Amino acid sequence: MNWAYFWSLFSISLHAMVPITLTAVGEVIGETAGLFNIGLEGILLISAFTGTLGARAGGPVLGLLVGFLTGLGVGVIFGIICAYWKGSQMIAGVGINLFALGFVAFGLQVLGSPGFYTVPRNVQLPPIRTSVGSFSPVIPLALLLPFLIHWVLNHTRVGLRIKAVGENPEAADVAGIPVELTQLLSTAVGAALAGLAGAYMSVSWLGSVTKEISAGRGFIALATVVFSGLRPLLALAGGLIFGFFESLATWIQSLPGVKEAVPWQFISMIPYVATLLVVAGVIGRVRFPKALGVPYRRE
Amino acid sequence: MSWIWRGLRPILESVLAGLIGLGVGALIMWAWGYRPWPAYVALFKESFGSGYGLASALANATPLILTALTFAAGARAGLFIIGAEGMMYMGAMAAVALSLFQLPSGFHAFVALLCAAAAGILWGFIPAVLRAYRGVHEVISTIMFNWLSHFLSFYLVANVLVDPIRAEKTLSIVKTSRLPLLIRGTDLSLGIVVAAGLALLFYVFFWHTVAGYEVRAAGANPYAARYGGVSPQRTVLLVFALGGAAAGLAGAVEVMGRPPTYAVYSGLTNLSGFGFDGIGVAMIGRIHPLGIIPAAIFYGGLQAGARLMQMEAGVPFEMVRAVQGVIVLALALPELTRIFKVFFRSIQRKGART
Repeated sequence: MNWAYFWSLFSISLHAMVPITLTAVGEVIGETAGLFNIGLEGILLISAFTGTLGARAGGPVLGLLVGFLTGLGVGVIFGIICAYWKGSQMIAGVGINLFALGFVAFGLQVLGSPGFYTVPRNVQLPPIRTSVGSFSPVIPLALLLPFLIHWVLNHTRVGLRIKAVGENPEAADVAGIPVELTQLLSTAVGAALAGLAGAYMSVSWLGSVTKEISAGRGFIALATVVFSGLRPLLALAGGLIFGFFESLATWIQSLPGVKEAVPWQFISMIPYVATLLVVAGVIGRVRFPKALGVPYRRE
Repeated sequence: MSWIWRGLRPILESVLAGLIGLGVGALIMWAWGYRPWPAYVALFKESFGSGYGLASALANATPLILTALTFAAGARAGLFIIGAEGMMYMGAMAAVALSLFQLPSGFHAFVALLCAAAAGILWGFIPAVLRAYRGVHEVISTIMFNWLSHFLSFYLVANVLVDPIRAEKTLSIVKTSRLPLLIRGTDLSLGIVVAAGLALLFYVFFWHTVAGYEVRAAGANPYAARYGGVSPQRTVLLVFALGGAAAGLAGAVEVMGRPPTYAVYSGLTNLSGFGFDGIGVAMIGRIHPLGIIPAAIFYGGLQAGARLMQMEAGVPFEMVRAVQGVIVLALALPELTRIFKVFFRSIQRKGART
């Protein structure tokens, strides 16, 4: 065994970290404002698909933008249903996930490739080539964004308002903060980041779309949010941890001799088992906003 | 009058949500250059226009009733169990595994169903314990267990239960363990009786026993129920077990009662999705065991018709699942009918002003 093997583990980890980190950090914003979106999985899936359409139409950057906007759009719908119309956040999230399953399978059929579509090479986001390997340009963004969001949530007026709305919407309302609008914008921005993550998967990282491209990452991101206790920097750490376990599964399978000893199906279970263990280990020690998941109604 | 409204409103809301779903579905088809009207005509003509179509609708509804019961049992206790998919795979695996044994006809099927239910319960056990004693959110744990089940089933289908002659599927269920067909020439098996019977049992349990009442009380107001002496831990374990049994049976009735192969295909292609569809069916049926039956028949009919829609109008049948997602989104709204009332009133007001 030589260093190249370990280097490849590091490289895959960095790429696998991006969708989980972006989605988790986005959800941190939404949950800080009091909305709990379990439709992230669906948003990843839809925007991985729409991002591909965007890339086909006008190149990789447009693809990422379309993914971002797709997430934003779904987030706005979710926000209107849950913040303004006081709908059930859980059920709306499930609705998004179900819709995504059908919509993407439908869309892939229409593209003429049931279940699998390869994004043409010339519209994939070109990686940054360095002397130590090539990396997606989205990686630095995913590494920096948590710091930006940390700063916004903890050191600006906007962040204070978002926190107030999630912690005590009544008091925020009395103080003149538009509760519903703040919730809508927070969850929509969060969903938009999930959308960007989805488009990153298809247009930059994997270069293809399947019906299972999200592979539970939306829910792993939810677990990351639980792990982080709504702190963006810990969400980044969580993203790195889960990204590592995901790449560990891929990496172990690439080692010589392993495939013969252990069936690949059991190695593929690693990220999901790791998620369960981490969540079971940290829970109970984190505190969430008081009004999380409860629709606010003015008395 | 008010009690009639109370009974009618959930039905009205489901119908309304269904119309919204079909409307958005039409919009999507139109955006992709299909003609929605002929597609919908084909869809409904097939599923509800003929005896054969109706039998297919009922056959498709069979596993959906059961996976919907899983979600409904959890929801009644205030839990969001979305793990029916994984439990259902395990039930199917157990049913296939039982065909390795030789037992008398009929009794064999009965034992296989029992083992499938047990497999489903077992698959829900760890998430249930994590929820009850560690407070791990069931949405996260059950989804993780779905993926574990997905990979374990892939392994079992390819390596343990594989058909030595046809590697793309598992062994077929042996004749002694098959559920007999109710109507010759269709796919409708005795499974529908199992499914509807379990729905009835769930109804009796939740609405006519003390234990069921306690579960519903815990779902409606956990603090009050706890004060009243209902153990929250016991409630969680109980509904996970009930849900696991139903989902395990869903996988079993599908492989034991679906001709011609009576087997699971590699990639789980003939099973995947029933667990998630069940969530939608439970929502359309307003998480009531008796509402779930017509909701499942409705959705099973859409699935049956979707194949014809694909052939006649060229619209991919997955369209139907997207429609279902929109229906659930619409059902997330509390008092859907009230929103429409407000909407119509504002239109009338505008009309009066001009």
